[in-house]
Amino acid sequence: MITKEQVEHIGWLARVNIDEEDAFEFASELSTVLDYFGQLDEVDTSDVKPTYHVADVMNVFREDKPKDSLEQDDILANAEEIQEGYIKTPKII
Amino acid sequence: MVYENPDGVMIGLEIHVQLNKLATKLFCGCSTDYHTSEPNTHVCPVCMGLPGCLPVLNKRAVEYAIRIGLALNCEIVEQTQFHRKNYYYPDLPKGFQTTQYDYPIVSDGKVVIEGEDGEHVVRIRRAHMEEDPGRLMHMGSIEKSRGTLIDYNRSGMALIEIVSEPDMRSPREARRFLDKLRNILEYLDVFDSTLEGSMRVDANISIGGGDRTEVKNISSHKGAERALLYEIMRQKNIKRRGEKVVMETRHFDEARGVTISMRTKEEEHDYRYFPEPDLVPMRVGSWVEGILETLPELPDARRSRFISDYGMVDTHAKALTSDIRVADFYEEVASQVDPASAAVWVSDVLKGELNYRDLTIASFTVEDMVKIIELVVSGKITEKGAVEIIRNILDEGGSPMDIVKEKGLLKVEGDVVDQAVEEVLRENPQALEDYFAGKEKSLNFLVGQVMKKTRGRADARSVREMMLEEIDKNYR
Repeated sequence: MITKEQVEHIGWLARVNIDEEDAFEFASELSTVLDYFGQLDEVDTSDVKPTYHVADVMNVFREDKPKDSLEQDDILANAEEIQEGYIKTPKII
Repeated sequence: MVYENPDGVMIGLEIHVQLNKLATKLFCGCSTDYHTSEPNTHVCPVCMGLPGCLPVLNKRAVEYAIRIGLALNCEIVEQTQFHRKNYYYPDLPKGFQTTQYDYPIVSDGKVVIEGEDGEHVVRIRRAHMEEDPGRLMHMGSIEKSRGTLIDYNRSGMALIEIVSEPDMRSPREARRFLDKLRNILEYLDVFDSTLEGSMRVDANISIGGGDRTEVKNISSHKGAERALLYEIMRQKNIKRRGEKVVMETRHFDEARGVTISMRTKEEEHDYRYFPEPDLVPMRVGSWVEGILETLPELPDARRSRFISDYGMVDTHAKALTSDIRVADFYEEVASQVDPASAAVWVSDVLKGELNYRDLTIASFTVEDMVKIIELVVSGKITEKGAVEIIRNILDEGGSPMDIVKEKGLLKVEGDVVDQAVEEVLRENPQALEDYFAGKEKSLNFLVGQVMKKTRGRADARSVREMMLEEIDKNYR
C-alpha cells in the first residue's frame, strides 16, 4: 500500500507540487498499479539472469572526432528566460 | 617514527577529474574546447537530453579510464555498463545523470604518498565514468541567491570519479594525495589541470570513530586542506561540548574558509539507479594488455630514473618530477648542459623563484636556462649574478646576455679584485685586528666589503681565499 507521504516524497523528488486531495487519489491509484505488477513476483526467476538490455549488442562506440554543435540561439529558444547567453532559472540551492 | 593520529582523523576523498584532453564529450561529438567560448555554444540535443536523442560512447574516454585504472594499480572490470542516476536539478536538463553504479570500470587500487611518517598507502576503492553536469552560476552568494544562470557547455564532459578509502590521517596527507593524483593524471596525458574546474573534490571526514560529514564544493588542493582543517576544528568543538557530530553534507565557502550545512532530503535510494537503456554494455577486458603497453612513464619511475641517469639526489629528483612540465623542462636543459648543475639550478633556484612569484615553468624558457647555466659553469658570471638574471627575466623580461651587459654582471677577476682586497684591508684596520683577536666574523665583513666594491661581481669564495693569502703575506 502506497501512503500519501510516499506520493508527496516522489512529488518532491520530481519538483512537482501535489496537493493533499490529489495525493490521496494518487496513493490509491499507484497502489493498484503496483499490485498489478506484483503478479510478476509469483514467477520463479531464481535461475534467470537479469536482462539489462533486450538487444543482444555489445561495445558500440564512436571515435573522438568533433561535430558541430547547435547554434546558441537554437539552444536558448526553449528557455523561458535568458540573460547574456545563459539560461536563467529562479533561485535554486 | 609512527604517526599517532591524536584526533583519530579519517579522511576519504571523491575526486571528479575532467578528461579534458579528449576532443569531444562523453556521449556526443560536441567539442570540449569551450573554456574561452560564449555560454551554451558547445551544446547539442544529447547534452540537453532532448527527446529522441541517442548517446554514443566515446571510445577514447574508455581507454583513458582504463589507463587511469592501470596507473592507480586497479583491477579493470571485464564487462560493464552505464546507469541512470535520477535527480531533478537544472544542471542536467534530462533529469538524470548517466554514470556507473555496480560495475565501476576500475576498482581496488592504491597510491603511495608521502605521509606523516614516511611512505603511506592510500587505497583506491573504485573509479567510474560519468558525465559532467552543466555549470550553475548563482547570482549572489549561495545563501542569498536571487536567481541562477546556466551554461550547458560543460554538460556531458567526460568525468572520472575516483573514490579513495578513508586512509588519510590529516589534511596535509589529503593534500599530498591530491597533488600526487594530479601529477599521475598529467603524466598519463588524459587531463590538463590548468583548465578551470578540471578537478573537483568532495571530502568525507570523521574524528575519533564518530559519524562523518561530507564536504562539497572544494575546487583547489589548498582549499581541500583548509576545508578539512576547519571541519576537524568544528567536529572537535562539538565533541568538547559533549554533543555528537551529525552525518550530513556541508558546503565549503572558499572565501570565508568555513563549511556550511546543506540540508538535503535526497538519500541514496532516492536516486533510483537503473541500467541505461540507450547505451549497450561494453566488454573491455581484452583492451587492457594493449593499453598497458602504451602506458607512459609515471612520476615514481621517472624519479628513480633521474637519480640513476643524471646522478642527482632524491630531493632534486622528487622536486623535478612532481610536475610533468618541470620534468620535461629539466630534461631538455640537461641534454644541453651538465645535468648535475641543471638539477641544482632548476630544482633549487628556478623553482623557488617561480613559487615565490606564483608562476609556473611556462614563464621561463629552456634556452634562457641553458644560457645562464653555461655562463656560470664557464666562470663568466657568479652564482649570485645568475640568480639576479633569473629574477630579472621573471620580473621584467629580457634575455640573459642583455641583462649581463645592462647590469655589468660579468665576473671581475685578477687585478680588479686584487686591488679591492688590498684597499679593504688597508681601510679597515680595526676589523683586521678583530680577526687576529679570533673574531671569525670580521673576515666575513671584510669579504663583504670587497663584494661591495666590485658590486657583487667577484666570486665570494675566491675573494675569501685571496683575502687569507693577502693577510698571511703582508699583515702577519
